[in-house]
Parts: sequence; C-alpha cells; structure tokens
Amino acid sequence: MAKRNIIEKAIDWSRRKSPWIIHFNAGACNGCDIEVVDALTPRYDVERFGMLLKGTPRHADVLVCTGAVTLQTRDRLKRIYEQMPEPKFVLAVGTCACSGGIFEDCYCVSGGMDTVVPVSAYIPGCAARPEAILDAVVKLLTSLEKSQKAIDN
Amino acid sequence: MSKRVVIPIGPQHPALKEPGSFIITLEGEKVVGAQVEVGYNHRGIEKACESRTYIQNLYIIERVCGICSHAHSTAYLQAIEELAGVAIPRRAAYIRSIMGELERLHSHLLWLGVAGHEIGFDTLFMYAWRDRELVLDVLAMLGGNRVNYGINTPGGVRRDIDPEHIQKIRDMVDIVEERNKYYINLALGETTLHARLGGVGRLSHEEVIKFGAVGPVARAAGVAFDVRQAEPYAAYDEAQVKVITDDHADVFGRTVVRVLEIMESIRLLRFLLDNLPEGEIITKMPRRIPAGETVSRYEAPRGEDVHYVCANGTDILERIRVRAPTEANWHGMSHMLENDYLADVSIIIAAIDPCYSCTDRSIVIDNRDSGQQTIFDWKQLRQYSIDWYRNRGVDPAKLANRLPRL
Repeated sequence: MAKRNIIEKAIDWSRRKSPWIIHFNAGACNGCDIEVVDALTPRYDVERFGMLLKGTPRHADVLVCTGAVTLQTRDRLKRIYEQMPEPKFVLAVGTCACSGGIFEDCYCVSGGMDTVVPVSAYIPGCAARPEAILDAVVKLLTSLEKSQKAIDN
Repeated sequence: MSKRVVIPIGPQHPALKEPGSFIITLEGEKVVGAQVEVGYNHRGIEKACESRTYIQNLYIIERVCGICSHAHSTAYLQAIEELAGVAIPRRAAYIRSIMGELERLHSHLLWLGVAGHEIGFDTLFMYAWRDRELVLDVLAMLGGNRVNYGINTPGGVRRDIDPEHIQKIRDMVDIVEERNKYYINLALGETTLHARLGGVGRLSHEEVIKFGAVGPVARAAGVAFDVRQAEPYAAYDEAQVKVITDDHADVFGRTVVRVLEIMESIRLLRFLLDNLPEGEIITKMPRRIPAGETVSRYEAPRGEDVHYVCANGTDILERIRVRAPTEANWHGMSHMLENDYLADVSIIIAAIDPCYSCTDRSIVIDNRDSGQQTIFDWKQLRQYSIDWYRNRGVDPAKLANRLPRL
C-alpha cells in the first residue's frame, strides 16, 4: 500500500483519537447492553478515550454489538453494518455475541456475531464487564495505530 | 383533517438500547396511532428449556433478562420447589429477598437515569448511574457477578452472607438513601420535571385494569397491587411491604412511585438484615420433579412476573411459560402514546421500563390506522398461522403427522 500523505495521516490520527460508536442489541439479555452504557457513565467514563455514543450508523466508526443474533435482527444488523462508512470495526460484546453462548442451539438464533458481520474484537464474559469493554476498545485503537504505522514504513 | 404521516421508529434507534419497532402515525405533531412490533429479541428460551435439565434451565432462565435476572430465576425456582414439595430454609428465603431488593434498587436507579436521559436531563443520568455502581458492587460481592448473580439454586441459595457483607450492605444503603433523598426532592419539587412529565402518557385507573398493566405503571394510577404484599413469597411474610401508590396516572406518577419505592426497598433491606435468621442456606432437592403444574408469581422491579411450569416426572420439564412484566404493560402502550406529541414518544416508551428481552414471547398488533381494532378468535388465529406457512411453501397438514403427540 502506498504511503499516506499528510491529510490522510491527519484523518487517521483523528479517527484514532475519537472513534464514534454505535450500539446495537441483536438479541442480548440486556446484561451486556447495560454494561456498555455503564462504560459511558462516571465510574468508567469511556469518553476520555474520545469515544462518543452516536444514534445513527452513518456517524459511527465502531459497531458495538451485543447478543446472540436472532433471526429477526439478522437482516437489520447487516443493514446497519452496511450503512456505516469505511473504515469500520465491530466489537462483539459478551459470550453470546462471541459464539452464541447459552442460546447457541435455540431455534431462533443464528449464532455468534461473526456469522453475520466480520468481527474485529471479541469480548467474552457473561456479562462482559465494563473494564473488559474499555480494554478491548484501547486494544483496538492500539492495533489500528500499529497497522497505520506499518503502512508508512 | 390534516395530512397523516407515518414514521417508523426502530428496531435500532437512539432512544432505547434494545431493538423494538414502533410505527407511529402522526397528524401534525400529534400521535394518532401507534403500532408496537416486538419480537426482535425472541430467542426461543421456552423451547430451549424443554430440552435441558432443571439445573441447566436455571441458568438459561436467569438470562431471560440481564436486569431482573434474580426475579426470573426465583420465580422459576419457586415453581419447581412447590412441585417437588420442598420448603427452603428461612435463611435462604431471606437471602433471596435481600438479593431481590438490591436488584430493585439497581433497576429503579437505572430507570431513573434512562428517564433523565430521555428528557434531556443527562446530569440525572450520570448521577443515578454513578450511584447504581455502589449497588452493583454489593451485588458482585454477594453473588460473584455484576449482572447475572447466579446466587439461586434449587432448594436454597449458593452463597451465604457474612457479618462483613452485612456491614458493607449497610454502608451502601446509607449512601444510596442519602442520594435518593435528593432524587425525591427532585421528583417532587422540581417544577421543570413536573412540567415535562405531567400529563404525558396517561393511563387511567380504569385503563390500567382493562389492559392488565402491572408494576409501577399500575401503582402510579392508584392500583395498590404488589405481589410481595398480595401473595407473599420468600421472606415477605415477615418483611411487610408498604405498597407505594400515586394518583397522577402519567409518566410523572411513575417517576414518583419509583423513587419512593427505592426508599421502601431500603427500609426492607434494613429489616431483612436485622432479622436475618441463622441456619442452613440450602436443602436437598430431588433431580426428578413429580408430575404436575404450577404458577409462580414474583414482584420484579417492573411488575408482576409469572412463571408457569409443567413437570412430567422426569428431570426435564414439559413446558415453561414466562409472562414477564413488560409483556403485560405493552397492551396499554398504544393508548398511552395516543394524543401525545412525537417528542414524548421516547419517554412514554421508557416510562414502562420496557425490557424487550423479557418480553419477546409474542407480538401485539393494535392497528389504529383504519380506526378499527381486529380481534382474532382462536379459529382465525389458527387459520392465520396455517395460511402464513402455506404462503411460504410449508403445508402444515403434511407436517402435522410428523410432530410428536403429547
């Protein structure tokens, strides 16, 4: 890949410093969703990493997705993913989102998040703790930085 | 008549964290019709329970909902303990009640925060969720997990409460009580809050009874019903519950009921901790549950939670049905939305504290567009389902012979 020019570098830098997230519940029990929101509140305060919860997929860089994907939400999840602008990342929060978890063989469940959309980071846990979510976010941003530097060198 | 506009909201929407779809018909800014479509979270839990043992079911039932997980697991256990004829030790009953009240604390604080967020009062959101963390710390200390505590087990509870734990709970309760006094002042005295919430999403006393609404929605309309008092379970026969009611019958009333219920939970917690009896925390429970059927009721933070369990004498149950509180509250939803403004839709929906993951067992459709309600009787409903499958190339008549007869 060609080296980035100064404007691309600035865009990548700002993207790394303020990734906007969108949250979607694809059939979770609410446990992980509340923990995702918890990460935004004073004790964990994910906003100090520049993250901002947005309401629409068109503004978001990172899709934070919880729950085993049910057949009803599968197409909606795909559509939300397609609406996000490139480059985009998906965080699978919770055991259900990673593999389907306890609901894996239910008749209305498609399975883990990766059966529908490509996943960048898996966060296990039932429910995934806010600390784990923060850790995943920071790791995702660090790997992004590394891959961007690798392009330049 | 002005032109009607139909706005679909959801399933992904900024207002709530769970997928639910609402088709709102507007005349100007006024809502004239609302159609509620749920079912995005339907995972098939009831069916999944029919192929697992009673112990395995406990963990799947706990994950019906991540907020009222203790409510669901206790309701389920009460049912199978009744079928097995097992009485749990008093200490276990007390510990279940303590967990239940702690859960109510965190759930009501959570709701208060979400309601604040919906009306653009984000400071309240941050305050309430910060205080909620203290409750979660205690729940994690007692159960080992922040969300699905897993403290229940057939025949009692898995973990005991030490004097050290009791002290920590007391410390937390003192802080939350102090903070809650501020929320009560806010709810009762803040004029902007009253101006924003008063008269919004009305569901009168008669309508509550007509639609079978439960929990804070019913109590806010003056229906003094609380399962803890009407049919005491666990330790509520000794810990007498004072039922909190209000007569505003709107979102404001629901707010008042919830903040006052936090106070009542704190009082109950202190009583339960003071009177915690000594003794065993678990009693032996048979693996196979004798054949029979029962209904168990539990007052979850959102209202009455009903579990129906049918056992067939083996270690796998025949049928379980979960009637979560939100499911009862959906029926009045389109009436609450009607004649209110579009801007109020999110707070009205949030005011019943909807829990889609609890609810998604059925689909309620109330078509206001044509000005008529269609009511299916059993025959029509059956015919509808047959036609539905036939249109998709499945002939139920041919399948019928292949299904096992019960």
